[in-house]
Amino acid sequence: MDTVFKGEIHLTRYLDQQGKLLAPLPDIPELPSRLVSCYRNMVLARALDSKAIALQRTGQLGTFASMLGAEAIDVSIGQCMKPEDVLIPYYRNHACQLMRGLPIDQLLLYWGGDERGSAHPAMGQDFPNCVPIATQALHACGVATAIKIRGEKRCAVTVIGDGGTSKGDFMEALNVAGAWQLPVVFVVNNNQWAISVPRVIQCGAQTLAQKAFGAGIRGEQVDGNDAIALHQVLELALERAREGKGPSLIEAISYRLADHTTADDATRYRDNEELKAAWEREPVKRLRSYLHSEGLWDEEQEKCWQEEVNRMVQEAADAYLAIPPQPVESIFDHLYAELPERLREQREWATVKAMPGGSHHE
Amino acid sequence: MSNAITMVEAVNLALGRAMSQDEKVVLLGEDIGTNGGVFRATVDLKAKFGNKRVLDTPLAETMIAGLAVGMAAQGLKAVAEIQFMGFIFPTMEHIVGHAARLRNRTRGRLSCPLVLRAPYGGGIHAPEHHSESTEALFAHIPGLRVVIPSSPARAYGLLLAAIDCPDPVLFLEPKRIYRASKQPVEDNGVPLPLDTCFTLREGDDITLISWGAMISETLQAADRLADEGVSCEVIDVATLNPLDLDTMLASVTKTGRCVIVHEAPKSGAVGAEIAASLSERGLLELRAPIARVAGYDTVMPYYRLENHYMPNSADVIDAVRQTLEFA
Ligand SMILES: Cc1ncc(C[n+]2csc(CCOP(=O)(O)OP(=O)(O)O)c2C)c(N)n1
Ligand SMILES: [Mg+2]
Repeated sequence: MDTVFKGEIHLTRYLDQQGKLLAPLPDIPELPSRLVSCYRNMVLARALDSKAIALQRTGQLGTFASMLGAEAIDVSIGQCMKPEDVLIPYYRNHACQLMRGLPIDQLLLYWGGDERGSAHPAMGQDFPNCVPIATQALHACGVATAIKIRGEKRCAVTVIGDGGTSKGDFMEALNVAGAWQLPVVFVVNNNQWAISVPRVIQCGAQTLAQKAFGAGIRGEQVDGNDAIALHQVLELALERAREGKGPSLIEAISYRLADHTTADDATRYRDNEELKAAWEREPVKRLRSYLHSEGLWDEEQEKCWQEEVNRMVQEAADAYLAIPPQPVESIFDHLYAELPERLREQREWATVKAMPGGSHHE
Repeated sequence: MSNAITMVEAVNLALGRAMSQDEKVVLLGEDIGTNGGVFRATVDLKAKFGNKRVLDTPLAETMIAGLAVGMAAQGLKAVAEIQFMGFIFPTMEHIVGHAARLRNRTRGRLSCPLVLRAPYGGGIHAPEHHSESTEALFAHIPGLRVVIPSSPARAYGLLLAAIDCPDPVLFLEPKRIYRASKQPVEDNGVPLPLDTCFTLREGDDITLISWGAMISETLQAADRLADEGVSCEVIDVATLNPLDLDTMLASVTKTGRCVIVHEAPKSGAVGAEIAASLSERGLLELRAPIARVAGYDTVMPYYRLENHYMPNSADVIDAVRQTLEFA
């Protein structure tokens, strides 16, 4: 018998749990300053997260998906992407969206139930949040197809959860990406849980990265709590995609440190010991310890930055809360390029009803 | 005396009842086991019946529907939960292309008695894709039954009937009223018929036809109109396909007027089917055009504007007054 295929999945890690370097730094230009910038954005992401949850708890924001524990993945993607690349996110990529230029108040506006939160011009060609699981993976392949047809040197980057990798859309996306060698990078935020369903129930394979083998593309794991490792694998994968050298699947191992969303209660299904252990591995403290030990960050900077992000987030929250709702006509005005005649009557009626004294006046 | 329970508790009660009566009943879906479903509709059932009867599946709706087809063809009673109706679209290939036609294609050799349950509808300030009412897409499919309860007791009886039913059933649960009110429900295992509407209130002047969460708005309107001396008959359609036209036609023949109320966008919806059928068979009984109170023909607004979209009792009252003014 001949062996016709052999595959290996490698896990990249540079920092241990205490933030100690395990291997020489990868060769990435200006890595130290990029890591400092990463760290700043991770701290901002945490501040945004607590503010959003506080707003939700006080009835000032809708259901919110916390990104606690995924900060290193998100900011590393944000750092490695170029402005001309395209982000096709899922619903847990807040930090990356901020780094791509979305103002914090506009991000809150989205989670406040307002379509304008997906409309900000700074989002460029990036897709809005994607709620129907795994569909974004195929959109990313479509974006990559357009890039490839035009022969451009840029790439599509999409993120998905561990649960999402079970859906056909994801497998179909990997497959076409491999068949057509598309300039796309798939990042799996494997945070071990899909709401209440643990990783083992999703898939019988030892790693999710090995799904890449069936599609003939590169697959690898990376410690999702390790910003240096993430930089290394993402830089390489994105550059390869831009250069036309093909797609990659990166499984980033993380842990969902929060409830699935504010509508969830993880104590119903998740062991507290597991959660406590996961906090020992969390990404923010790990990077801070590393930066401290290298003299790239100190207590004073920490204090100032914490104050700064709290101020930024508070200002953004105030700005968000001051944004009045859209007029009711807005639900008609973006349905079609031009409103069909037949809908004009409904639009008028909706406007009348929304006026003071109308049945929908609140 | 039976306890007063909510609609979601009634769903749970019916599932438990069906599972203890018939070991062929198997539940499957995302988060339905340990977590008891994101709305808790399946709470405690895994503990009670074990993990061969309550299957926590990988996250994949196409798979859930396809499995249900295979399980049902094997004689199991697959009751699958789709976490929100907004995520039901991947199932359509299996529902439309297979579940609804397996009996017909094989001239009865195989059949597909599955139940697909899904919470649907607006009014709870949910994230994007969590609030639509797309029942018309499914009511259009020959071979598929579409059932929507509007109270705890009807949820209990209709779900038992859906599970008993030899045909595939889409069972849509209006989540806005999952916990809106309580009602005593006796756990007697008695199914309700899937081939009749329910007349919730009798009246002489006008027939109000609705289903799901809009029943509450419609009943409120009927109450207020009663104060003005207008007597409304209120019908809960409950089974959207196949429709019980006899009950509706008899009522409209009596009142001569009809307003149909639904949350789904107005055009191409089930209300249009009801209006057309009533006109076909009862045009000469009608004293005024049939009116429809419905959602706008727009994408369901994200939640900050959703109240503008949702029809309410004031809209129903307006439509009733206009119909009465006509004749
Ligand atoms: C197609 C589809 N099915 C179900 C849902 C409901 N849902 C939202 S998030 C989620 C779990 C996702 O888990 P995972 O992919 O691991 O991502 P995570 O939220 O953990 O980051 C589910 C089932 C959905 N949004 N879309
Ligand atoms: Mg997950």
